[in-house]
Order: sequence, then structure tokens, then C-alpha cells
Amino acid sequence: MFRAYLKTAFFALFLAASTGLQAQDDEHLTDHNVHITDAEDDGKVNTDDEIKSYIEHHLKDVHDFHLFSYTTNAGERAHIGFPLPVIVWTTEGLKAFMSSEFHHDDDASVLVQKGNVTLAKYHSRIYELEGGSTTIAFDEEHHPTNAHKVIDFSITKSVFGLLMIGVLLLFMFVGLAKQYKKRAIPKGFGRVLEPLVLYVRDEIASPNIGEEKHKKFMPYLLTVFFLIWIANLLGLTPFGFNITGQIAVTVCLALFTFFIVQFNGNKDYWKHIFWMPDVPVIMKIVLIPIELLGLFTKPFSLLIRLFANITAGHFVVMSLIALMITLKAQFGAVGSTGLSVFLTLFISVIEVLVAFLQAFIFTMLSALFIGMAVAEHDHAEHAHGEEDDIDEVRDRFV
Amino acid sequence: MYNLIGAGLIVIGGGIGLGQIGGKAMEAIARQPEAAGKIQTAMIIIGALLEGLAFGALILGK
Repeated sequence: MFRAYLKTAFFALFLAASTGLQAQDDEHLTDHNVHITDAEDDGKVNTDDEIKSYIEHHLKDVHDFHLFSYTTNAGERAHIGFPLPVIVWTTEGLKAFMSSEFHHDDDASVLVQKGNVTLAKYHSRIYELEGGSTTIAFDEEHHPTNAHKVIDFSITKSVFGLLMIGVLLLFMFVGLAKQYKKRAIPKGFGRVLEPLVLYVRDEIASPNIGEEKHKKFMPYLLTVFFLIWIANLLGLTPFGFNITGQIAVTVCLALFTFFIVQFNGNKDYWKHIFWMPDVPVIMKIVLIPIELLGLFTKPFSLLIRLFANITAGHFVVMSLIALMITLKAQFGAVGSTGLSVFLTLFISVIEVLVAFLQAFIFTMLSALFIGMAVAEHDHAEHAHGEEDDIDEVRDRFV
Repeated sequence: MYNLIGAGLIVIGGGIGLGQIGGKAMEAIARQPEAAGKIQTAMIIIGALLEGLAFGALILGK
């Protein structure tokens, strides 16, 4: 018991210490125009500012697939990874090129000339420069003064990850579905997938939506469950995907749930929003705005929960990895690395659980909301039933 | 500054709530171990709703 307390206290202490360090750095980072990665040590990440900017960079979506960098014997910085296509809609129409033309630059120092359009990438956003200028100038609120954002359709790292997961899901589940034509029990990898599909059906869809109606929503629930789960698990691999940590992705998933719920809502569902039965008239009027707000808070909480959980998870893991740099002075190289590896392993195991839990929660709550929309309410029958009972009782007495 | 304090207060509230949910679920499971599955599912749903609130406060307050 005492040991567990000690472990928790120890863990909390270091978490507090690392967040404290980050809080101190906030004031240094107020000027985003300053090039944070210094040139003297070839862009190695070894100060607090650099760690913070590295983590911020990781949490964002990026335009190239970058695994790691190292310094060659010749003293040059080599980047391992591959470029991804950049597709942007500029004032001159659609422009497409590979992200390698930016040469791993993220501070608008490399300009790409396409026709009459000059493009620069700054903090994972692509800007179009105006009026022949060669650098982006920023005002106090970090809004560029001589450049504007372009509409970005790029195959970014997250888009690439999503496409990859899509292909993987097709490959896995089309294979599973085909097997049922030949045999009753799937073999090979299908034996791993079948219990998961049954789990979604029997534990999530069927109890929440209802025995008769859940079949219609199974494709959506299965897709969203496996998509989120695999995306979360990919985020824990060294490839460094952060798909479900992009708010755009979670907004899109929540919108799917929102529209499915609205389009499948039956008469009773809308009645409960606009004219709540079995309450006084004044309460009916008071309940309308509350119920209308409830329509939107449900998907909003869905998207915020997934986004915040995954972002927080990545942030904690990366902060703990960064301990081996920030605590090097106090504990020495071996001590800080050992501590960092131990804590990162500990939190990573929790993150594996969270990856499943968030997929489960998203699917479960989607099923719950759909179930609420399609449920048959029996107010009228209920009242009728009571009357019958009263008649019966009267018959018995008379 | 004040929004951070507000977010902190909401997170404290969420923490207390989660503790309550977890504790009560434990008690319920101890009392009726055969209903553990159902209690667990209900606990996770309520926990997730509460967590969404706390995270919403964190994100909006930041």
C-alpha cells in the first residue's frame, strides 16, 4: 500500500516538475518570430525552448513524413523520411508539388516559386506571399501582414495515415467477410477480428440501440471503432502519427454521428425536443432551448474528449521523453535516461489502454445517441395500460 | 489568468466526480459481483461524459 503511494507521489512530483519547467519557458516563447532551433548545434533538440517547440510541432499536422534526423560525418544534417504531395489552391488556381521543395523548412525561409505565386511554409501552414516580398512579416498578434493562407488540400501526414488505415481496414474486413461464404468459422487473422466485431455488436450496438434496429447502424459503428482504435495505436508507434489528435479529424467524426442521429431521429425524438410530453406547458417552453443546446453539446463533447485525450497522451509521453534532456544536469546521463525510459514505458502502457478506451467510448456514446433517437416511446400505450389496470381492479371489486 | 483558475476549479470538480463514480461503482460491484459488467459499462459512460466536461473546460480555458 505504502509502496503504491510512494510510486504515485514520485510520478506526480516529476510530472509537476516537468510542467513547471514548461510553464517557465512560456515567457521566452512569446516572440514566435525568433528562430527557435539554433544553428550552432545543427538543430539538435537540447534546450527547454527547443523541446517545447518540438512537442508543439509534433502535435500539429505536418506536410512531410519525417522519421528522424542525424548529423553525418561530414557535419551535415541528414533527414530520414519521405516527402508527401502538397496541393494548394492559390490566387492562380491549383498548384501541386512535393513537400521536398521546402527542404524541411518550417520558418518561411525557403520560398517555392510556382508560376507567379510564391509560397512559404511557416509552423506547418502554407502562406502565399503578396507583392513580390521575400519574407513573411508578422504583427503583434502573429498575423502575417504581407501574406495570406491558401486553401490546403495537401496529403499531409495525417491524411496519409488515414488513407493507410482505410486500405488496411478494407484489406482486413473484406477478407473476413469473404471467408463467411466458404466456412462458418473464419481462419487465420479473421479469428482475431471476429470476436472484436461480435464485441461491438453484442456489447455496444445491441444493448444501446435495440435488438431489431441495431443492424442498420453496425457498419458505421464498426468503421468508427476500428478507425479510431487503429489511429490511436498508430500514434504510439515511432512513426509519430497524431491522427485523432487533430481537431479536424475528430470534428469530422463527430459530425458523422451528429447527422446520423438527426436523420434517423423518429417522431418521438423530435417531440421530446420541441414539445416534451407529460410536463406542464411552461416547462415545455423552458425545455426547448435546453434540448436544442443538447443537440449540439453531445457531438461537441464527443469531439473534445477524443481530441483532448490523445493530445494530452502525446504531450505527456513526449514530456517524459524530454526528461532525459531536462534532468541531465541533476541526475547525469544514465540516471535521467533510466528515469525517462521507466516513466515513458509506464505511461505508454496506460496509453495502450486509453487508445482502446477512447475508441470504445466514442462508439458507445454514438450508439447511445443513435439509440435515444430511434427509441420507441410508449407514452400513449402506457396511459392506456394503466386505465386497463384500473378497470381490471374495479372488475375484481365489483 | 482567471480563465485558467476557472478551468482548474472545473477540473478539480471533475476529479471529485470521477472519484465518486469510481468509488460507488466499486461498492456496487462488491455488493453485487454478478452485475460487475453492467456496472462497469455504466461507470465508463458516466466517467466519459464527465471527462468530456473537464477536457472541454481545459481546452476552452487555455
